[in-house]
Amino acid sequence: METLNLLSDPVYAKDSVDAVIHAANRFKEKYGRKAVLMEVCGSHTMAIAKSGIKTRLKDDVQLIAGPGCPVCVTDQESIDSMIQLSQESNRILCTFGDMMRVPGSKFSLMQAKTEGKDIRVVYSPLDTLKIAEQNPDKEVIFLGIGFETTIPILALTIQEAMTKRIKNFSIWMTTKLVEPVLRNLLESGQVKVDGFILPGQVSVVLGKNRFLYLAKDYKIPGVISGFEPVQLLRGIYRLLNLLIDEKAEIINDYTYAVKDEGNQIAQNLINDYLMPNDEGWRGIGIIPESGLDLKEQYARFDAKKKFNITIQKPKMTKCRCGEIIRGLISPEDCSLFNKGCSPINPIGPCMVSAEGTCAAHYQYMREE
Amino acid sequence: MAKRVSLAHGEGGELTHQLINDVFIKAFNHKEQTKFDSAFINITSERMAVTTDSYVVNPLFFPGGDIGKLAVTGTINDLAVSGAIPLGITAGFIIEEGFLISDLRKIVQSMAIEAEKSGVKIVAGDTKVVEKGSADGVFINTTGIGIMHRKDQLKPETIKTGDSIIISGTIGDHGIAILSARQELGLLTDVKSDCAVLTHMIRNLMDYSEGIRIMRDPTRGGLATSLVELSEDFGFTAEIDDSTIPIRDDVHGACDILGFDPLYLANEGKIVMIVDPSKEIEILNRLKEYEAGRDACVIGRIVECNDSKGKVLLKTPLGTTRRLHRLSGMLLPRIC
Repeated sequence: METLNLLSDPVYAKDSVDAVIHAANRFKEKYGRKAVLMEVCGSHTMAIAKSGIKTRLKDDVQLIAGPGCPVCVTDQESIDSMIQLSQESNRILCTFGDMMRVPGSKFSLMQAKTEGKDIRVVYSPLDTLKIAEQNPDKEVIFLGIGFETTIPILALTIQEAMTKRIKNFSIWMTTKLVEPVLRNLLESGQVKVDGFILPGQVSVVLGKNRFLYLAKDYKIPGVISGFEPVQLLRGIYRLLNLLIDEKAEIINDYTYAVKDEGNQIAQNLINDYLMPNDEGWRGIGIIPESGLDLKEQYARFDAKKKFNITIQKPKMTKCRCGEIIRGLISPEDCSLFNKGCSPINPIGPCMVSAEGTCAAHYQYMREE
Repeated sequence: MAKRVSLAHGEGGELTHQLINDVFIKAFNHKEQTKFDSAFINITSERMAVTTDSYVVNPLFFPGGDIGKLAVTGTINDLAVSGAIPLGITAGFIIEEGFLISDLRKIVQSMAIEAEKSGVKIVAGDTKVVEKGSADGVFINTTGIGIMHRKDQLKPETIKTGDSIIISGTIGDHGIAILSARQELGLLTDVKSDCAVLTHMIRNLMDYSEGIRIMRDPTRGGLATSLVELSEDFGFTAEIDDSTIPIRDDVHGACDILGFDPLYLANEGKIVMIVDPSKEIEILNRLKEYEAGRDACVIGRIVECNDSKGKVLLKTPLGTTRRLHRLSGMLLPRIC
């Protein structure tokens, strides 16, 4: 409880800000420019905006949002597919809340629901099994999105479905992995990043060691951070110090939740049920082996194989979410931001998600 | 008496009569009023207040209340924070065929208890039954009538720079109670809704305290949306301090998990008010005399008047300020 109180202590927070600014100035003196740090995770992006960290540090450190919001990177094709699947009356589609308003090529799942399609919000994929049991005459399909944080529970859901011998359940897999997208980002050379604030909850599953490649292969340091403002400030401080000392290392600053080896049970679940696949990322395109699909022996739970649907090529809009999730531009650089694209009428997923960069800017950093 | 509501209960015949007699009249203690097509109330004041609201909450029963309690407290509080003394309310029911009469009885009983607490009569009502699937259990519409307090003392035109912003207690309790009551959420929290009639507390303030400029009950859209509306309606800039806003630890925790901002969660038993700073202590003390005002505190100040657009700023623990806006769209739980 004392630790928790400290995390929200305003005096401690102000001291942390002063320490970060001091370190940022040392960086500027040494390199003649501001440090560019990318927070990979959408929850970090939201916390940085909401707490005022981004505004407070704007003259000292350039904080850019990365591709770690699962909603933002979900391809339009997946939304279009789910909407196509919902056309049959004997189907119940289930999804997480913030997927409902993500626009597909023409409609969102919310719009499909208002037209009478049976689309339900669930809080856990396991809830979909109850729905399947209660509706034996219907096919229940879950839109399986998410990073390593969410993927183990998808595997667990398959395990449960097998144990309970549920046959009217399947998952439309469109999961994403952090390592391939970070490698893609770094190898594209489009964005210059000095260091990474690494995602706390993904690291709980993967462990610190699974981020060592950043230091080894790309000579870029990273700090695994928690989500409270004070934790984030400390993460930024430690990252700046690594850069000043020219140390390409990965620091685990979220030790009470993250182990070096990660969560073995969660990793085993992933390995038992899922295998790598080439996954499409909204605004980026296909990245080889950047997602996970069900293994062949579980194909009966794979909605892509169970149902035959034809997907049209997604319609292009002026939405620049693809560049925003790669840290190439800021939300204000998009011509649609707050001009036709808002949380009430989102054009792109970055404006929809509770973790989206555009939503964070709209909600917490917008001035009129 | 049948166990469930059927379409025939809404046809206006014998079954309707039975339902009204057995459920509504018994609870609401109607006497002469039921003999006419209208209720009669004596109004002596020249200035009346009228408000109406419909309640479609899911689930119907939640920790700290039910849809009936909500329907009565919501309408009575709307009158009270407008500076009116509630006199009577009407209640219209839209009931889904198959609804358990025992549940209806519980809901109606809650309404009767809350109305009684405020000394308000439920003076007229209506019952319609719709086919299964056309409604979600029960929908209730309530309309309230009141007379303005004799002092008629709410004076938003006197809002000045330096005025204090007071919240009467912890925010977000109702929003989290409703979410945790939805079985699918599985949130292990014992947060109860703050749903309560505030008539006595407000009446006491109005009777004995001067200096209240304006009051609102921050229901849907939460504290942030209420303050933004006030700032725009009355043209001022308000600054509230994040660290002073009372929020229960478990509400905070649930918000962190779900990605919700407590400033935007609904409250059903709270008042936000702008008051003369010289009366601030007296008003706080008076609020604290009541259970619903136990955690009352000052959360900010008016920092500028005559701001034609009006805005609300939130001071963060890091010493920065950010602008608060209305709730945008729906609150949807995040994925991770």
